[in-house]
Amino acid sequence: MKPVLTPEKAVENIKDGASVMVGGFMSCGNPFTLIDALINKGSKNLTLITSDTGYPEVGVGRLICRNRVEKLIASHIGTNPESGRKMNSGEMKVTLVPQGTLAERIRAKGAGLGGALTPTGIGTDVEKGKQKLSIEGKDYLLELPLGADFALIKAAVCDTYGNCFLPMSAKNSAVVMAMAADYVVVEADKIVEPGGLDPEKVTIPGVFISAIVKAVLPASNLRLK
Amino acid sequence: MDQKEIKRIRIVKRIAQEFPDGAIVNLGIGLPTQVADYLPKDKTILLHSENGFIGLGPKAAEGSEIPCLVNAGGQPVTIVPGGCFFDSFTSFSIIRGGHVDYTVLGGLEVDEAGNLANYMIPGKMVPGMGGAMDLVVGAKNVIVSMEHVTKNGEPKILKKCSLPLTAKGEVDLIVTDMAFIRVTKKGLILEEIAEDTTVEEVIKNTDAKLHVAGKLGRF
Repeated sequence: MKPVLTPEKAVENIKDGASVMVGGFMSCGNPFTLIDALINKGSKNLTLITSDTGYPEVGVGRLICRNRVEKLIASHIGTNPESGRKMNSGEMKVTLVPQGTLAERIRAKGAGLGGALTPTGIGTDVEKGKQKLSIEGKDYLLELPLGADFALIKAAVCDTYGNCFLPMSAKNSAVVMAMAADYVVVEADKIVEPGGLDPEKVTIPGVFISAIVKAVLPASNLRLK
Repeated sequence: MDQKEIKRIRIVKRIAQEFPDGAIVNLGIGLPTQVADYLPKDKTILLHSENGFIGLGPKAAEGSEIPCLVNAGGQPVTIVPGGCFFDSFTSFSIIRGGHVDYTVLGGLEVDEAGNLANYMIPGKMVPGMGGAMDLVVGAKNVIVSMEHVTKNGEPKILKKCSLPLTAKGEVDLIVTDMAFIRVTKKGLILEEIAEDTTVEEVIKNTDAKLHVAGKLGRF
């Protein structure tokens, strides 16, 4: 059984300077309740690893706008002007990673691999400083595993063994992030007893989950337009 | 409809004719997204949405938006019958593994070697590459859709790209409001020109060397 915690308790150990992965894609699938708790806790100088920084006042974008992030690793920041501004002013160190490479690096960490070899980025600025390998006549970049101290993800349903169901296009980056962090908190709209979630519908096996939090902020918090 | 919109529609209509029945297609944000409005009705073409599904349908009607069903731009959309959902890792395995037949992207610059620059202007626009680098490297066919020249009338099809590259040597087709150009090992082949232009006009507005096809089409 995994502990079911209050949002405050679940983020209690996220100290200043911690690395945190946050699931979601353009705010769809962001764990709003946990982000809110993290902001209220006041943690700063975080290293944030996320697909994109969404919008200024929605979901993960709020961590940027409230100056909680010292280092950002993401693939797209264009829809949150504050990210670009902080990057250009030097307030925040930003590493931009191709979306597929980001997923592979995180998966490599979670899957116990020493990295991923990808053709993405060959011949571009992305290859700078990276080892290049030729496999069967084709060039690949060696991309190293990427883990974090914490991962915060969102599920529609979670059982108390931690098995999660993530609906539709909200699965996105949460599936690999859940494998790659030391402590993984899932925020669920609905928490059920073992047996309450059909094993066939498990998107993320409970083995990856450390703690469960009941979602307080509704999905309607998502930006729809 | 203004002149600019007419030209944009000309580009996306032409691209929509390129896909064979059964193709899996990924459309980038902006102009490429409009290709979806002109897909031929007699073919089954499934759209891949990089945030995690195949079978991207039209925008969701007002009042029936589902928060966990959005496109790669974060807008509420629908999924067509026969579609399926997956996570980012699977989505980019589909892209990088060569399981997407066509990707259509915007372009800032394209050159004779099929190099594409479309993700940043140093010091000005640095939004990040998102999924573009993976798409251009992984999709079987890469189509760049863009206006033929910049706002200031400068050519965008160059001998050599000057902006940071999105990918090296991956572009297969360039479709603009003036021309339909195929990228080959021998260089750029001008296969078709728009109905309101001439070969001379196209060449004048292109920095790269164009080889005019023996049988020139119109679109």
